[in-house]
Amino acid sequence: MLQTFFDLDIMRAALPYLLQGLWTTLLLVALVVPLGLAGGLIVALLSTSRRRSVRWPLVVYVDFFRAFPPLVLLIFIYAGLPFAGLELGAFASVAIGFFLNTSSYYGEILRAGIESVARGQMEAARSTGLTKAQAMAWVVLPQAVRNVLPDLVGNTLEVAKLTSLASVVALPELLFAARSAQSLTFNPSPIVLAALIYFVLLWPFVRLLSRLEHRTLAGR
Amino acid sequence: MAPGARPVLSIRGLRKSFGSVEVLKGIDLDVRARELVFVIGPSGSGKSTLLRCCNRLEEPTDGSILFDGIDVLSPRTDINAVRRRIGMVFQSFNLYPHMTAAGNVMLALRRVLKKGRAEADAIARAALARVGLADKAGSYPGELSGGQQQRVAIARALALEPVAVLFDEPTSALDPELVGSVLQVMRELREAGMTMVVVSHEMGFARAAADRVLFMDQGEIVEEGPPAQIFGAPRHARTRAFIEQIVRH
Ligand SMILES: Nc1ncnc2c1ncn2[C@@H]1O[C@H](COP(=O)(O)OP(=O)(O)OP(=O)(O)O)[C@@H](O)[C@H]1O
Ligand SMILES: [Mg+2]
Repeated sequence: MLQTFFDLDIMRAALPYLLQGLWTTLLLVALVVPLGLAGGLIVALLSTSRRRSVRWPLVVYVDFFRAFPPLVLLIFIYAGLPFAGLELGAFASVAIGFFLNTSSYYGEILRAGIESVARGQMEAARSTGLTKAQAMAWVVLPQAVRNVLPDLVGNTLEVAKLTSLASVVALPELLFAARSAQSLTFNPSPIVLAALIYFVLLWPFVRLLSRLEHRTLAGR
Repeated sequence: MAPGARPVLSIRGLRKSFGSVEVLKGIDLDVRARELVFVIGPSGSGKSTLLRCCNRLEEPTDGSILFDGIDVLSPRTDINAVRRRIGMVFQSFNLYPHMTAAGNVMLALRRVLKKGRAEADAIARAALARVGLADKAGSYPGELSGGQQQRVAIARALALEPVAVLFDEPTSALDPELVGSVLQVMRELREAGMTMVVVSHEMGFARAAADRVLFMDQGEIVEEGPPAQIFGAPRHARTRAFIEQIVRH
């Protein structure tokens, strides 16, 4: 039994292939996280607008994509949109699908962060002549990010795990590589190896998150 | 020190409504250079709103405000340029908790006045020294007492060399034993000839330092006069009732 799941020879043979998959996974994370954060920041900043006509489309955007199961979204973009003549290919589908999902989550987190900062902070900054943008950048956002740091790290962790969904559209990331190796070798060891790699990769962030959450609770 | 004749702040027919509720019902007020005007009145009478209209933290509904010769309410006025010349001190200090005392004072020097780091730092240290906190430049607000925090907030306003400073209940959030240190700084400011509008119920300070006391009620200035008159022989029944009430407390 142990032999079946931990076949070291197969693992060794599959490793280079899995590392290639890991590279694609990291690339995806490195693309989706900054883009999602940037999109989320824009959503959050616009959400503080006084104009209702600016705010409500964002509420719709955030709610819609947070309620949309990411796997369904991904398959829709990859396999559904071609029927409308829009053929995006695996990588673009994944990038767009994850951006829509991720930016709405980050947007909601950052919006909550901005709202958690006392109104007097913005007023004090504006009373010294700072523009709204300057007050946001130097006074409100640093505090907002600090207040929701555990949620930001937690969401980033979710994004990293989310990338494994890209395997369903045959993007050769870590899980897809492991699945291929498994079907070639008729052995589950590559999947186990992939799981180990995910764990080694993500565990430090899980620890970090734990500590942040602990600190936040203790700080209350 | 005799107040100058030139009005620094000139308010005419100022009105402010929140929704259908009119909170300021036509305020006329002139504050001359070097004058200290004291504003008292019951909770909800519009004192904070009056101050906040002066630098447009609230947008007035009607009326005019001239500050240092500038039409504050004109759409062509660069409000940020006006704001940096009107200092404002808040009841709840509103220090930036993620910055040191010096950082709090330096922010507008750097970002609004575009001063270099070294120059801003020197000005910040001088401003902190002026409020007796030269040794706290590197402390974060969370490490300071309420009185010290409020003095940092005053230094933050002073560093921009304002033409006037507005104080909105600067000592109301402080423990009684810390009130004195803040009032001391305000007294020194007054002696240095700063133009000040102070919303506060510190009657001892008003008697000693104010040129004029305004009593506000329900969005109007009911009565104004020298402290001795307002506190000692108020003409209006509403003023008398209010003074009696705060004296009793
Ligand atoms: N942003 C706002 N929206 C709606 N109503 C407001 C707002 N700010 C103030 N008000 C109302 O305006 C009135 C005047 O408020 P203001 O804060 O100016 O009074 P105040 O004299 O400073 O009172 P206090 O002594 O309690 O500070 C109050 O009835 C208050 O509820
Ligand atoms: Mg008030």
